[in-house]
Amino acid sequence: MQKQKELLKVTDLKQYFPIKGGILGRTVNHVKAVDGVSFTVYEGETLSIVGESGCGKSTTGRAILRLDEPTSGEVEFDGKNLLAYNKREMNKNRKNMQIIFQDPYASINPRHTVRQILTEAMEIQNSVPKNERNDRVIELMETVGLGPHQADRLPHEFSGGQRQRIGIARALSVNPQLIIADEAVSALDVSIQAQVINLLKKLQREFKLTYLFISHDLGVVRHISDRIIVMYLGKIVEIADKKSLFDNTMHPYTTALLSAIPSTDMDKKKERIILKGDVPSPIDPPKGCRFHTRCPFATDLCRTETPELRKADGMLDGHMAACHYMEDIKSGKHQPTTV
Amino acid sequence: MFKFIIRRIIQTIPVLIGVSILVFSMMHLVPGDPAQIMAGESAPKEQVENIRERLGLNDPLPVQYFNYVKDAVQGDLGNSMRSGRDVTAEIGARFWVTVELAIYSTVVAVFIGLIVGVISATKRYSLADTSLMILALFGLSMPNFWLGLMLIQWFAIGIDLPSWVPFFSDTSWFKPSGWGSFAQVVLPVLTLGTGSAAIIARMTRSSMLDVIDQDYIRTARAKGVKERVVIYRHALKNALIPVVTVVGLQFGGLLGGAVLTESVFAVNGMGKLIIDSIRARDFPVVQGTILVVALLFIFVNLAVDITYRYLNKRIDLD
Repeated sequence: MQKQKELLKVTDLKQYFPIKGGILGRTVNHVKAVDGVSFTVYEGETLSIVGESGCGKSTTGRAILRLDEPTSGEVEFDGKNLLAYNKREMNKNRKNMQIIFQDPYASINPRHTVRQILTEAMEIQNSVPKNERNDRVIELMETVGLGPHQADRLPHEFSGGQRQRIGIARALSVNPQLIIADEAVSALDVSIQAQVINLLKKLQREFKLTYLFISHDLGVVRHISDRIIVMYLGKIVEIADKKSLFDNTMHPYTTALLSAIPSTDMDKKKERIILKGDVPSPIDPPKGCRFHTRCPFATDLCRTETPELRKADGMLDGHMAACHYMEDIKSGKHQPTTV
Repeated sequence: MFKFIIRRIIQTIPVLIGVSILVFSMMHLVPGDPAQIMAGESAPKEQVENIRERLGLNDPLPVQYFNYVKDAVQGDLGNSMRSGRDVTAEIGARFWVTVELAIYSTVVAVFIGLIVGVISATKRYSLADTSLMILALFGLSMPNFWLGLMLIQWFAIGIDLPSWVPFFSDTSWFKPSGWGSFAQVVLPVLTLGTGSAAIIARMTRSSMLDVIDQDYIRTARAKGVKERVVIYRHALKNALIPVVTVVGLQFGGLLGGAVLTESVFAVNGMGKLIIDSIRARDFPVVQGTILVVALLFIFVNLAVDITYRYLNKRIDLD
């Protein structure tokens, strides 16, 4: 594997949200939405983060862009620490990284026309000279498959898929290097999803974009990603290139997650692993391995000691998982402890 | 837009008819015979009958109503029983006083309400938010005649404070009665505007909080828009839609509130005219004034609907 340039490097990122309580509104506890997450995004790749709702994947995306101020950790973009910037410096640097949100009905200002939506960021970042902005708007709209005659329409005149295209055009308007797509296609119909994903892939080739793709839909993730991160309760449980994750799954949680993908192959007998219970509360996450309450292989060790992300024999470079027993589970030496 | 305004104006016609019927029947619902009241308790029978005939009180009700509307449309609301003057003239002399009072109060209420609401929403759950909202609740709960009396006591008559208190030792800054000069206008406007300011503040706060959590606010921040611009251009403009409705309704409420406020501050407006006329059983004046106030209310709501249409571009009414 050739050495790629590190575009975004996240180190030990934590995002705790305070819970206020009592008469005086003291902080009584924290929701540990993201609890010590580290990963690197290389230039030009698509890195996906998958996980159930509430596992902290969206929070990670927002914390990277400082849309919510992260509690601690480091976010390096192109070698510079974003968290060290003050508000003004941060705003200046936002042109390099943009975000696309899930709900195309909520993510664009209902009172602004497409033209206003697309030019606002250009004005603020001054990334396009004034006399070229109109041409740029038309160009952007054509790039995402909208017609120039639609430039002065308001968001409510568009369908969900079209609105998401506007959201994408908006993100592109400042020529960013990194785009964080936070469940960017989850709210769309499946047929529209495919269109938008193909559009995203086309744009990636054209503009050499880097994507951090946040999703709960493994089918979509499998289609678009180069590498995949699996999160559970605010921590990374497995990180790998796409092929390794699907073909050489190491973590029991990932195995369970993958078994839930519907298959179109009728002959292939699939065994679905149904996890018991719900995701525990991130306010008071389980001690040791966070997955132990639902893991069929859990032992006393899992209940007391937190497993680190590590590479075991037979795993490719860059493939890591956080499980005490992953080798033994793989070889069949460690059998499920619960029935 | 033009079509919408025309249609909206046509829609006010049934309301106008309803109002005129109510106002008209008032004269007939009140106990006592207007002709008798006009002539006086001890007037001879023939005189009462005379007046009744002159006022058309012997005609069937629909005919009376028709005549009343016919005159009203032509601007003839009858004559005052007290002064004998034209009701239209009586109202005309006081109309602008009340309208000014209501407009100033609305302006003050909107100004204070929006500022307080925005501060509260952007600093949610802070000390400032909590204190402002408690203050708003206080403003909302105070009856405005009582607030008026307190303001007169404090800022017009003056209160006895020890002489070492600087600045506040003599607080008789404003005039307790009348209308016209700045010193006369301040206290009635504050009295009338406080309740509305509180309602607008609470409405603005909750509406802003709804909007601030939307993704398009996050989108704006992600673009690098300055926080102040995010709040005013992206959040407040979208949050204003429900607030405008409330402001319109408040303006109508202020016309009603003016009745009390004008009495407390001896402001010679339509509110005081209604009270004085009711006391004197001067029915034509009461009827006329109520009709004018109702018209004003309908007109203001029409204006609000048009503003609403402008603000909420999603409503396509044509």
